[in-house]
Amino acid sequence: MEMLLSGNEALARGFFEFGGEFASAYPGTPSTEILETIGRHFKDTVYAEWAINEKVALENAVGASYGGARSIAVMKHVGLNVAADPLMTLSYTGVNAGLVIVSADDPSLHSSQNEQDNRCYGKFASIPVLEPSDSQEAKDFVRYGFEISEQFDTPVLLRLTTRISHSKCIVSIGEREEADNHGFERNIEKYVMVPAHGIKRHAEVIKRLEKLKEYAEKTPLNQIIWNDKKVGVISGSIAYQHTRDAFPDASILKLGMGYPLPINKIREFASQVERLFVVEELEPFYEEHIKAAGIEVEGKKYFSNYLELNVTRVRNGFIEAGVVEGEKTDIEGKEKVVPRPPVLCPGCPHRGIVYAMKKSGVYTTGDIGCYTLGALAPLSQIDSCLCMGASIGNAFGIEKAGKTDKRAVAFLGDSTFLHSGITPLATAVYNKSSITVVIADNRITAMTGGQDHPATSKTLMGEDTSAVDLPELCRAVGVRSVREVDPYDVDESIKAIKEELEKDEVSVIITNRPCMLFPSKITDKPYRIDTEVCIACGNCFKVGCPAITGSGETDDKGNSIPVISEVLCTGCSICAQVCPVDAIKKTN
Amino acid sequence: MKNGTTNILLAGVGGQGVLLASEILTEVAKSAGMDAKKSEVHGMSQRGGVVTSHVRFGEEVFSPLIPDGEVDALLALEIAEGLRWMHEISKGGKVVVNDQKIIPTIVYSGGGFSYPESPEKRIMEKNPDAMIVKAFDIASELGNVRLVNTIMLGALSQSLDIDEKVWLDVIERMAPKGTGELNKKAFGRGRSYSA
Ligand SMILES: Cc1ncc(C[n+]2csc(CCOP(=O)(O)OP(=O)(O)O)c2C)c(N)n1
Repeated sequence: MEMLLSGNEALARGFFEFGGEFASAYPGTPSTEILETIGRHFKDTVYAEWAINEKVALENAVGASYGGARSIAVMKHVGLNVAADPLMTLSYTGVNAGLVIVSADDPSLHSSQNEQDNRCYGKFASIPVLEPSDSQEAKDFVRYGFEISEQFDTPVLLRLTTRISHSKCIVSIGEREEADNHGFERNIEKYVMVPAHGIKRHAEVIKRLEKLKEYAEKTPLNQIIWNDKKVGVISGSIAYQHTRDAFPDASILKLGMGYPLPINKIREFASQVERLFVVEELEPFYEEHIKAAGIEVEGKKYFSNYLELNVTRVRNGFIEAGVVEGEKTDIEGKEKVVPRPPVLCPGCPHRGIVYAMKKSGVYTTGDIGCYTLGALAPLSQIDSCLCMGASIGNAFGIEKAGKTDKRAVAFLGDSTFLHSGITPLATAVYNKSSITVVIADNRITAMTGGQDHPATSKTLMGEDTSAVDLPELCRAVGVRSVREVDPYDVDESIKAIKEELEKDEVSVIITNRPCMLFPSKITDKPYRIDTEVCIACGNCFKVGCPAITGSGETDDKGNSIPVISEVLCTGCSICAQVCPVDAIKKTN
Repeated sequence: MKNGTTNILLAGVGGQGVLLASEILTEVAKSAGMDAKKSEVHGMSQRGGVVTSHVRFGEEVFSPLIPDGEVDALLALEIAEGLRWMHEISKGGKVVVNDQKIIPTIVYSGGGFSYPESPEKRIMEKNPDAMIVKAFDIASELGNVRLVNTIMLGALSQSLDIDEKVWLDVIERMAPKGTGELNKKAFGRGRSYSA
């Protein structure tokens, strides 16, 4: 049977078909749908979970592998930074049952804070990297991943990119094959990484890499598509597909295994073509390895390390290199059309609290989640966003630096707080800070599409479970002033922020309204603007709600008279609270 | 239609059903026996932003992304979004645009942005054969504004050589539960539409 599947869906299918038993992840675009698919379609056969963060996801998967189950840990590229600590030493211990780590990279930063190239982790940790170029391979490479992992006693990094994860292609579907699960076997020298054991295991890692290099020379993962021998191209992942379209006549060495490279095969390929190129997205990863082996090759000179590639960029590179004829494509006549930046949804509980911070005259060290959108106009009230959990340490540092005119409030979501906010909060309390931390508790991981987490009382497989009590947790790390506010009440929110900032100790404010979209849509009676009363002051536009637009009418001074979309308005009342003349009223 | 691959760009605003429309189109191409791929970006763009989806089909499709300027047909569910992508259309490419306007709040919140003037006229100047569809009006007539995407697929189907039955089967299968008949009717209205 054949189905149209995204790379993420296909990878989930591969996990199921090739005997996977344990899957753990923390959500993150573009990887999220992998665990969602496993949880939705295969939960009767396999185990799948959301972990509190990527480090825990990997550690759980490592345990499952030690315990005998074929396992995967799934994350977006920056998630592997969080999981880098277990990763680097996991390379030494190796595995028991097959263990695949899935990293979904995001060239062009479609939904990320950076565009790091996680193939570099393969070299850093001395572990093999597999790079599928479409959905079929995303599925098939899970089998290779498990097999290589078991044969060479190594974790395997399976690297997707946004265009692999989120493109749909036709995939052939097979039956599940069970893998043998022999359980855990004590092996102290292999699994207990104290110096005396680690020293021996590192020697094994070095030997293993040599064996993997031999494997790379022979594996069908790396294949040559012979064509005209004037130009040879080495490529992998999505760049391979672009190359097929951009330069159909070229001979291509397609790398399905991006690390370690089959240097002999590359040397042989190089000797048969007149000119050799590497086409790869982001870092010159293959290029540097190939050059280090003394093979002449051209790459980043023509194919930028900045943003994702596409057919046009690849073709332009070949034209510039003088091997493809024609003119470079440079599209003209682009219309300047009004931008549509992403916005907080109508009724989003983050709007009121961000507005309250703006009115309180504070800096806001922000974090990663829907609430980061508070950085955009008209709210423009987020002053930093670095990585998950950084808001608290950043506010603390600004306080200790001591020179800032306004106070800084740390602002982060519930999922982010659990992921990486507890440790900096304890650090701030311990070091006698007096920062105020606002946790926007919308009871879901919203930015990535509404995933549960340890404080939502539901598991990925849909079971009821216990929930972390956030106020108790804050008290337990030593915060004495923990206060709940209703973010739909602007005045109360401003009052809470001002009062907590006055205190000479760390305080935490927790908002208490759920997300309007997830797990299910919430709406109340919409509000309406009485145009007789409205003075066209524009205050309601400034809360940045997509339900409020211009009616097309203006007052005598040319100011737009607003209108509220009945369909979009959820009745949160923030606009009514900022209206100076009470023109905005709830409908009946 | 270089190398026999047909490239279709679907565009609109978050919430209009661009992704479901591209899903249906890709399934239709697959059901018609072709290789097919589609690509889009999920995440930030769904929060009220610009949404596009690339659909490619033919004998054998490699890249899931349409090369710059090689769009054979643009299907836009919102008129300014149609204007935004006009430069991507290849010589002889088709343009099918919903005449609906969705004005973003940013126009009113004081950043100096404005919604394009007479977008319909500007589209027609660039492509005199463009088909402007009153899909929102038809959808309202049919009693559900969510039918816009299906009506627009019907309008697009006029310029694709794929059997109507294939379309109807896929729509039946993929329309939200209980809306199969209504969606097929909406598709029919688009397929017989003439401006
Ligand atoms: C290390 C890392 N993992 C995952 C992500 C992806 N990500 C961005 S925001 C977010 C969740 C935000 O949830 P929450 O803090 O509850 O805020 P909300 O979006 O619900 O407002 C995630 C998982 C990331 N950016 N970095």
